[in-house]
Amino acid sequence: MSLAELICPAGTPAALRTAVDAGADAVYCGFQDATNARNFPGLNFTPEELAEAVGYAHANGTKVLLALNTYPPAGKVDLWRQAADAGARMGVDAFIVADMGVADYIARTHPDVRLHLSVQAAASSPEAIRYYCENFGVRRVVLPRILTIPEIRQLRTEIPCEIETFIFGNHGLMVEGRCSLTNYLTGQSTNMDGVCSPASDVDYTRHGDGSMSSQLAGFTIDRFAPDEKAGYPTICKGRYTAPHRSEGYYAFEEPVSLNLSRLLPELIEAGVHAFKIEGRQRSKSYVRNVVSAFRTAVDDIRAGRQPDMADLVALTEGQKQTQGAFETKKWR
Amino acid sequence: MAVIPMTKLTLGPIAYHWSAETRRDFYACVADEAPVDEVYLGEVICSKRAPFHEADLPATIERLERAGKTVILSTLAEVMLKRERKATADLAAMDAAEIEINNAAGLFARGKRPHRIGPFMNAYNEATIAWMAGQGATHVCLPSEMPAPAIAAAARAARDLGLGVEVQVFGRASLAVSARCYHARAHGRTKDNCQFVCEDDPDGMPLRTRDDRPILRVNGIQTQSESYVDLLPETGRLMADGVTHLRLMPQEVDMVAVATLFREALDGKLSVQEADARLAALSGEADLSNGFYHGAAGYRRIAMAAPT
Repeated sequence: MSLAELICPAGTPAALRTAVDAGADAVYCGFQDATNARNFPGLNFTPEELAEAVGYAHANGTKVLLALNTYPPAGKVDLWRQAADAGARMGVDAFIVADMGVADYIARTHPDVRLHLSVQAAASSPEAIRYYCENFGVRRVVLPRILTIPEIRQLRTEIPCEIETFIFGNHGLMVEGRCSLTNYLTGQSTNMDGVCSPASDVDYTRHGDGSMSSQLAGFTIDRFAPDEKAGYPTICKGRYTAPHRSEGYYAFEEPVSLNLSRLLPELIEAGVHAFKIEGRQRSKSYVRNVVSAFRTAVDDIRAGRQPDMADLVALTEGQKQTQGAFETKKWR
Repeated sequence: MAVIPMTKLTLGPIAYHWSAETRRDFYACVADEAPVDEVYLGEVICSKRAPFHEADLPATIERLERAGKTVILSTLAEVMLKRERKATADLAAMDAAEIEINNAAGLFARGKRPHRIGPFMNAYNEATIAWMAGQGATHVCLPSEMPAPAIAAAARAARDLGLGVEVQVFGRASLAVSARCYHARAHGRTKDNCQFVCEDDPDGMPLRTRDDRPILRVNGIQTQSESYVDLLPETGRLMADGVTHLRLMPQEVDMVAVATLFREALDGKLSVQEADARLAALSGEADLSNGFYHGAAGYRRIAMAAPT
């Protein structure tokens, strides 16, 4: 059985302390700039805040993983290098990277710090993962949310590094690190700027019949009936029409959350080393509830007790949830 | 403006599920008539489609090479299943052919033998390009969302390392790939029982917003731009910035005519304004866009400032 580390989101210093206090084995966070894939207003850390946060986490036995998981456009690589240098000075426990140039720089300049391969690198085969392990000394891969449990179990035997999987939170549909949908509509890039369906481009319009449209940069991403709850206009969760679908339909995916709590024992048994809870943009109370519930469940499983899944399932109560690709190939 | 004769026109791999017959006719036409220097072949999007046309590959290669074209074989963008891993490894093992790699699994299989870096490989910057060059890359196609200053900086670095540098100048941009097939989904099916419905949409399946504005195109597991990228007015600046290869993506339009317009504009036989006006006419109902290049929303069409 693997150690089953819990990797928890820390969008702010307060959320970081909350996650540490709730029993995170590690937290992941980023700087307030384009070097990470959650470059949202009001989120992330100044260098001073991160230094202090590393001290707090380490004093409580929690590791800090620094996300440097975007792709620097040519001419701006120094920002990513400086972020890596700063993180190393502060004593972060690992860097989460996607870009080969960034990985190469860290492997050469900070060889003592662990490298984790971000989901943004989209390494979904043993060969791709081994490429990063053999060339940059990657110690852990964060798997894309597209593999079934039997596939993960098989993969485990074919790669020389640890596996981290997402277990809870936003359910990304596109291959991470290969998506320019946001840039196509807004002019801000997920890969280069760390931006996804940015709030600054969001509008809601109420129509005469009581229905509501949600828009991103002027494009209607969805339209909601008067009695429907309007959702956030994320491009890949919108409803569109197609030649065979004259009624708006979720062309990519419904706005569902990933919740793999029921599969937790099976994933641990399959050899997954670490479980990632998504949600650096979430509130402190969300972080506290989710991390505490997963902490209890993982501890129960480690101790050979039957975990109380009801608590975990209840975390997404009222929202649609999915086990995504993990449960069945039919998801594809 | 000085003509730089070195600039090559390339034809990217067909992104759609065109039938074997359509492909044969298309490449026969390209071989005989299209003024492109290099042609990329192979299935990049969906491994399930490959069996329909891979038997024709040797004849197509021969036909194109006889016409003086350089042929490059492109590997899959998404590699997860056994058949995808095998297809990638088999292509990477071919010493006779020049190959373009679109997934790190291909880089792993190819080792340090020479290869090209495809647009799905995320070669965004000089550090990554330098790393790739050290691993045997001879040529790099930049991601289509890169803005002009980054293209210039990347091209400079690549040229200094002796690499060819390619930018897509025509056709729908790839905006995303997924493990899920959205063509199958639109028809209530899954990828495993898709019955190849994507064949019905040779230029992608249009998605419209609920207020009926065209927005995206679905091509199996790929999501594309609704607009055709058109950097014809920007070719002078691309060449001046060190881009050596300009890529045309096959769409359901007269691609021979498209290639001819680019060639004549590059050679100074046709004014850029005239060539671009004709390109707009050839593109029918498709909007043309160059937003990514200008650092704006990709779907936008930004007018070029008058030359100084």
